[in-house]
Parts: sequence; C-alpha cells; structure tokens
Amino acid sequence: MGKAYKYGNNVDTDVIIPARYLNIADQKELAAHAMEDIDGDFARTVEKGDVVVAGKNFGSGSSREHAPLVLKVAGVKAVIAPTFARIFYRNAFNIGLPILESQEAYEQIDAGDEVAVDLKTGKIRNKTKGETYQAEPFPEFMSNIIASGGLVGYVKNRR
Amino acid sequence: MVRTKAVGMTMTQKILAAHAGLDRVHAGQFIEAELDVVLANDITGPPAIREFEKMGRKRVFDKTKIALVPDHFTPNKDIKAAEQAKELRDFARAQKILNYFEVGEMGIEHALLPERGIVVAGDCVIGADSHTCTYGALGAFSTGIGSTDMAAGMARGKAWFRVPSAIRFVLTGKPAKWVCGKDVILHIIGMIGVDGALYKSMEFTGDGVANLSMDDRFTIANMAVEAGAKNGIFEVDDKTREYMRLHKSKVMAKRAKAYKADGNAEYEAAYVIDLAALRPTVSFPHLPDNTRPIHKVGRVKIDQAVIGSCTNGRLADMEIAAKLLKGRKVAGGVRCIIIPATQAVFLECVKNGWAEIFVKAGAVFSTPTCGPCLGGHMGVLAEGERAVSTTNRNFVGRMGHVRSEVYLASPAVAAASAVAGYLTDPAKL
Repeated sequence: MGKAYKYGNNVDTDVIIPARYLNIADQKELAAHAMEDIDGDFARTVEKGDVVVAGKNFGSGSSREHAPLVLKVAGVKAVIAPTFARIFYRNAFNIGLPILESQEAYEQIDAGDEVAVDLKTGKIRNKTKGETYQAEPFPEFMSNIIASGGLVGYVKNRR
Repeated sequence: MVRTKAVGMTMTQKILAAHAGLDRVHAGQFIEAELDVVLANDITGPPAIREFEKMGRKRVFDKTKIALVPDHFTPNKDIKAAEQAKELRDFARAQKILNYFEVGEMGIEHALLPERGIVVAGDCVIGADSHTCTYGALGAFSTGIGSTDMAAGMARGKAWFRVPSAIRFVLTGKPAKWVCGKDVILHIIGMIGVDGALYKSMEFTGDGVANLSMDDRFTIANMAVEAGAKNGIFEVDDKTREYMRLHKSKVMAKRAKAYKADGNAEYEAAYVIDLAALRPTVSFPHLPDNTRPIHKVGRVKIDQAVIGSCTNGRLADMEIAAKLLKGRKVAGGVRCIIIPATQAVFLECVKNGWAEIFVKAGAVFSTPTCGPCLGGHMGVLAEGERAVSTTNRNFVGRMGHVRSEVYLASPAVAAASAVAGYLTDPAKL
C-alpha cells in the first residue's frame, strides 16, 4: 500500500535518470536523482510501497538499466502504465521491478491516491476511490523468470 | 497453439527461427536464440560485468563474439567515468575479449562494428545500448537490451525473445538533393509516433532502397528504436554485399546470409513512402515524432550545431557537412561541433581535406565520442540554449540543462543552420 505518483505519456529514461548521473556507481546515490527532470520532489518524498502511474510507452529511449533500478531502489513497489517501451519492460523483469499494464488504472488513478497492488493476481486496488482494476496477465515465460528471482537466477539454473 | 493456415515469415522472423534452431516461428512466440555478437559500452558494460559475476560463470561463452566499446564518456570525461572505463578494460583483458577497442582505435560502437566487419548480414545481435538496432541496415537482426540481459548473453551466448510482428515500409523513388536517410526516418517517426512500432519490427523494402547509401540505411535502422521498434531491417542487396566486402569481414564468409521475407508474410501495417516527395525534416523538442518539414520550421535561432553520433557520424555525413561548410563561416555566436564516429572516418576527413574545411569554417573537429548526444561532455547545453543536432533524441534535458532544447535534423540541415545561425534549408544557403 502506498501513494500514487502520476505522469503523462512517453516518460523517457533520460528523465527517469538523466545521463549526466550515469557515471555514479552507488545505487542509493543514483536513486537520489530519480525523476528529477520532470518531478523535483519525487526522490525527496517517495516512500517504500509507493507506485508510479503513467501513460503509454513508459521508459522509452535508452537501454540503461539504471532507469528501473533507481525506481526500485527509491522504494517504488510497481509501475503501472498502459504500455511500456520494450527495453524498459525487459529490464524491469530482469532486475525485479514489478510492472503492470492497465489502461483503466492509468485513467482512474489520480496523484496521491492510496493504491495497493497484488502482483500474483494483477489486481490493482484504489483505496481512495474504492475501485479495483485488473492488469494484463504476464506471459508464462515472464512468470518463470520472476519465479527464478530474475534473470540472474534463471541463468544460474541453466547451462 | 494450432495454426490452421500456413503464414509466411518476415525477415526478422526467419533470422530468429534460424538462430533458435526452429523451422518456423510466429509473432508472440517466446524463443531462445543463439547470439553472434554481444555488445556493451562504458556505461552499460560495468553493471553487466557485475551481474555476470553474480551468475557464477568464470569465462564468457566465446571471447570472439563479445564486443566492448568505451565510447560514451570517453576519452574519460571525469574521474568516475575513468573508473567505469577501467572496469570495462580490466574485464576485457582478463577475459581476453577479441573486440575491445581502446581510445585511439575506439569509435562509436554502432559505426565501428559494421566498419570492422564484426556484424554481418543474417546475424543475431544484442547490445546493451538502445541503438544496437543500427545493424539492421546490413540485414541482421539486432536489438538493444539492458545490462542484465547483456550479462546473460555473455554467460550463455543466448537471449530470450518474444518474436515480433512487423510493419512494412515500401520505399519508392529517389530522394532529392540534400535529403538523406535522416529525413526518411524522421518523416516515418513523425508519421507513426514514438510508440508507433512498439515491440515490432520495421522492415524496409521497395525499389527506393537501391537509391539509399549504406550510410543512409544505417541512419534509418539506427532510429527504429525511436518509434519504439524492437528492430529495423533492410533486405540485403548489392550495396550491402559491397559494403561487407570493402570492410573485409573475417566472419563474412563463415556467417553472412541474406534473408528475404516470404511473399505471404504477415504485416500489421504497410506504408508506401515516396522518397522523392520528402523534404529535409526537423524534430522539434521534446520528442522525435514532433516533426516538421524544413519549410514549416519558422525562424528558430540556434546556439549550437552538433554533427556526429551513431546516427550521423559516418563518412557520407561528414562529406555533406564539408560540402556545405566549404568556403563558409559558422555564424557568430554559434558553436559548431563535428565528431566523426570512428578513427577511420576521422582519418578520411583529414585525407580529403574536410578537417581543414571544418576548422577554417570555425567548427570544432573532435575525436570520436558519444559525448554531447546524451549530455555527457563535448557540448553540454546551458539553460535556455538551443541546439540543432544530427543525434537521435531530443528529450527534456537530453543534451544538458532541463530547460535547453534539441532540434533533430540531418547533417545538411545542421551544417546549413550552423552557417545561418538559425534552422535553415540547405538548398537555400
């Protein structure tokens, strides 16, 4: 359970974590700059369990894995959007940042709403509005990666 | 799933099927494919190395199939960048990576790999850099992935993919003078949007392809990711074969293979694009799909012009810049920064007298680096400044201050604008 941060369409990796910080190796230090080019308050106010709700094509642009990583390290429980850019989608799975695809949740959730997500069922509960939205189910293949604890675990179990 | 009707495969699907050891694949299917090249740079390489170490493997799967190119923040822009480059270098040495390129022979990865014949037609390539899709110009399947996928690729020589559906672009006719590959791809992105090809392949065919140089095709495939695509790909033709022959690829004889889409391949959409009708095109801030033809840009004053990058730092791009800057001067108050993408391109600029043209025009002529494209170094923008740039992204803060602006354009538009001091049609210079 956490509060929702809300953004528009095409949130790109350059605003999630600007390239000028990509020389920083420390994850916590990096996460202090998460979203700063579109929301200067984000890194200061985000708390463990909060969710990011955004429009289509979230995470477009660069392949930098630092993007899903800073959101995860900042405490974000899940990102909810109608669609994700494909490299961000892979990276989020690989590093263990849950992402949920739902057009309805994007339309209905407002900034500051109290939101809980059930990652097993894909149910998104909006406590503020008393509504529930159903996210698209993960493909079975992706669920296997999650079950292995991300791609590192998946590779460890294979030749 | 039982398919009742035999449907043909796209170029991309055929390459993926061949690398997955399958006779056929269909859109949406999850497969595991063998990789011919696995690539990373100084930004994405170090996290990949750390993940690789967590995977419990001592050696990479094949030291000849990994390419490590320190091109983003090199020559090292600061101490932290130097540490990252060192991490990449130390790993390359320890693992005896064949295709590691030190500063001095290094170039921008997506210009360097085709130039060195490391990627050839029919290859299956992943790279921890979103513009890895560039090699589609050679008729290869190549796509960007993150550092953890890169680590898994180094460990196993395999990657998982969801087989993409495709959009077909039938190119016809011949582009007008000063219209090049950049204008073609900016026009397409403007037409379909920054998520217009999300998760899909962009397949380029038609008799107009013959009128595009390999450098034009690299530019077009390079920006497929800016439409959200998984990859962009061209059919192999005589120009592709000539390019591979000239670049003396060691792996060409062993691996190169031309794939053609089946006549009954399924496409989600098809567009016919008359190259002759295209005008020089500019993407306004802050998305690549915010395009306008040059006659509709109005008077946009610029502070900086950048000519280079994995998108437009090749020989043809430098030649266009030299033609337009010859005997002319960069406008007062404008910084013009020209960055050939590789050492070979740099050397050709010197041999052909273009370096002298650039310097006499008042431009900076730099060693290869990705530098300014992602706001790293060699041309970072201050608050309120505007740049016309031959790079690939004009996102908020991409090239510097969060309130700076980037206008994406071809080398011809960038060079003409550098001389005029505002966005300019090269034909009117």
